[in-house]
Amino acid sequence: MEITAILNILLIAFIFSLMYISIANRLLTFIKILAFQGMILFGLALIELQDIHPVNLAFILLETIVFKTIAVPIFLNYVIKRNNITREAEPYLPNFISLIIITIIIASTFLLSNAISDHYLKKIYFVVVLSALFSGLYIIVTRRKIITHVIGYLVIDNGVFILSFVIGDDIPMLVNLGILLDIFVSVLLLGIFVNKIVDVLKDVDVNRLRNLKD
Amino acid sequence: MIGIYLIVTCIISGLLFFNRNSFINYLLISIFLVLQCIFTVYEYDHLYSEELNYFKADALAVLLLITLSIISIPAFYHSYVYISKNGDKPKERAIYFSAMVILIAAIGAAYLSSHIAVTWVFVELTTLSASALIYHRRNERTLEATWKYVFICAISITLVFIGILFFSIAMQEAGSSELSFDALLSKAPLLSPFWMKLAFLFVFTGFTAKLGLVPMYTAGIDAKDKAPSPAGALFSSVLMNVGFIGIFRTYVIIANSPLHTWANFVIMIAAFLSVFVATIYMMKVKNIKRMLAYSGIEHMGLVMLGIAAGGIGYYAAILHLILHAFVKSSLFFQVGQIYRIYQSKSIYDIGNYFKCNLTGAIVLLFAFISATAMPPSGLFVSEFMIFRSLFEAHYLLMLMIILFLLTMIIWSFGKNIFKILFLTPSGFKDSNFEKINPYESISQFILLGLAVYLGVNPPQEFVNLMQESVKVLPH
Repeated sequence: MEITAILNILLIAFIFSLMYISIANRLLTFIKILAFQGMILFGLALIELQDIHPVNLAFILLETIVFKTIAVPIFLNYVIKRNNITREAEPYLPNFISLIIITIIIASTFLLSNAISDHYLKKIYFVVVLSALFSGLYIIVTRRKIITHVIGYLVIDNGVFILSFVIGDDIPMLVNLGILLDIFVSVLLLGIFVNKIVDVLKDVDVNRLRNLKD
Repeated sequence: MIGIYLIVTCIISGLLFFNRNSFINYLLISIFLVLQCIFTVYEYDHLYSEELNYFKADALAVLLLITLSIISIPAFYHSYVYISKNGDKPKERAIYFSAMVILIAAIGAAYLSSHIAVTWVFVELTTLSASALIYHRRNERTLEATWKYVFICAISITLVFIGILFFSIAMQEAGSSELSFDALLSKAPLLSPFWMKLAFLFVFTGFTAKLGLVPMYTAGIDAKDKAPSPAGALFSSVLMNVGFIGIFRTYVIIANSPLHTWANFVIMIAAFLSVFVATIYMMKVKNIKRMLAYSGIEHMGLVMLGIAAGGIGYYAAILHLILHAFVKSSLFFQVGQIYRIYQSKSIYDIGNYFKCNLTGAIVLLFAFISATAMPPSGLFVSEFMIFRSLFEAHYLLMLMIILFLLTMIIWSFGKNIFKILFLTPSGFKDSNFEKINPYESISQFILLGLAVYLGVNPPQEFVNLMQESVKVLPH
C-alpha cells in the first residue's frame, strides 16, 4: 500500500482510540489503549522520520516501543494492583455524554483545521494533535480518580509527540526533547507521586484533595 | 564559565545528597555561594558574550542573575536557621539543600539561555527541584501541594513545548531551522501570523504557571504556602522571574512582528484578571503565606500591565520585577520567624508582634510599606511609572479599575498586617514564646534597604543595564 495511505490509517486509528477512551469504564482498558497508542506512534515514527540519523531514529523507535507501549502500561498496572485501586474509572458525566463531547471536539478540530490554508502541515496532523490535546484535558477534568488524571496527561503527551514528528525531519532535537518530556513526566508523576499519594491518603479519589482551600 | 558552573553545581549537589555530616554540608553550601558570586561577577564582566552556543549573557539576564545571587545568600542562611531549629534528620536536610542548590543553578541557567528549548529544559528542572523542596515536611498537606504543583507544572510545560513546536513550524516555512531567540527575532516580521499567534498563546499560558498569572497561577499559591519559608521566598521572587523571562523573550519576538497590538491585548486581559483574582482572594484569606502569595500575583499582574502598555512601562516593569523580588523574599523570611514564634500561619492566632519580636515587627512594618508601594519604597517609583505608561497609552478605564482594585488590596493587606502587629488575639499566651535573635532580621533590613536605594537613587550602571534590556522592544 502507499505510504500516505498507511499514514492516514494510523492517524485515524489514533483518533478512534481517543473516542474509545471516552467510553472506557475499566482502568485496564485505559492502559491497553495507551499501549495501543504507543504502537501507533512507533509506526508513525518509522514512516515519518526518514531523513534523520539512523542512530537517532533507532533511539526514538526504541523509546516508543519500550517506554510508551511496555514500561508505562506495566507500571500503571503495578500501581493499580498494589494500591487496590478499584478497577473502575469514576466519571462525573455518564460515558455516553463523554462520547458525544469527544466527537464534538474532534469535529470542531476538523472545522478549525479547514480555516488554515497551509500547504506545509497536512490537515490531518493538526486534527489529530488538537483532538488529543483537548480530549486529554477533558479526561483530566471529568474523572474523579487521580490515576485517570495521569492517564489523561499521557494522552496529551502522545498528541504532542505526534506534533513533534511533523518537524522532526528537519529539527530532530525536538523529537528528543519530546522524549525527555515523556521520561521526566513518567518518572515524576508516576514513579513518585501516585505511589506516595495512595500510601499517604489511602484513597485515590481526587475529591479528597480538598484540604488546601482559602 | 557556565559549563564549569553547571558541572561543579552538579557535583556539589550530588555530594550534598549523599552527605550526612553537618559540617561538610555547610562547607559545601559556602563553596556553592562563593561559586555563585564568582559566576555572577564573571557574567557581568562579560556582558553580551556567548557561551557554549546556547547561553548569552544579555542585560536582562545579568540583572536577574545579580538579583538571584543577592537573594540566595539570605535564603541559605535562613534555611540553615530553619533546619537547625527544626531538628530535621540529616537525610531530609541533605535532600533539602541539594534541591535548593539545583533550583538556584537551574534558575540562573534559564535566565542566561538564548535558545528557547534550553530555557524549556531548565524550567523543567526547576519544577523538579521545587517539588522536592515543597515536600520537605512529609505530611498530607504538603503532599497535596506537591502533587498539585507537579501536575499543573507538567501540563504547563507541555503547553510551552507545543508552543515551541508551533514556532518551529513557522520558522520552517520561513526557511530556517534555528530556534535560538536571535534567529526567531531576525525572522519575526516574516513568520506566518497564524502559527505565531498559536505559539504565543501556548507559550504564554504555559509560563503563567511559573510567573503567577491567570490561568495557571494556582500551582504557585499552594507551593508557597506549604514549602518551608526560605524555599517559599525563592519561589515568590526568583522563580517568578523565570516565568517572566520566558514570556518576555517570546514577547520580544512577537513585538517585532505585525502581531504586537494583538499580543498586548492578550497580555492585558491576563494581567487584569490576575489583579482582579488577587484582590478577591486577598480579602478572603486568613493564612499569611497565602496572602503573600496572592500579593505576588497582584504584583506580577502589574508588571505585565506595564509590558502591555509600552513606552516607559517596559523600564518600569523590569524595575518593579527586581524590587518586588527583594521585598517579597524579605517578607517570606520574616514570616518564617513568625511561624517559629506562634507555630501557626493563621492571622487569628498571631498578634502583639511588637512585644514578641521587636526587630521582626519593625521589618514587617517596613516590608508592608514597601510591598504596598508607599514611598520611600522603590516599588512606589516603579508602580507610578506603570500607571503613567497606562495613562499615556490611553488605557484610562483600565487604569481607574486597577487603582480601585489596588486600594482594596492595600486595605485587606493592611488590615491583616496591623492585626498581627498591634492587636492581641483572644486566648493568647504570651509567656512561653521563642526568643528570636534580632541579628536574624538583618538580612531583611538589607533587602528592604536595597529596594529603597535602587528605586530612589539607582546607580548609573543599574539604569544602563535596564535600558539595554528593553532596547529590543519597539518604542
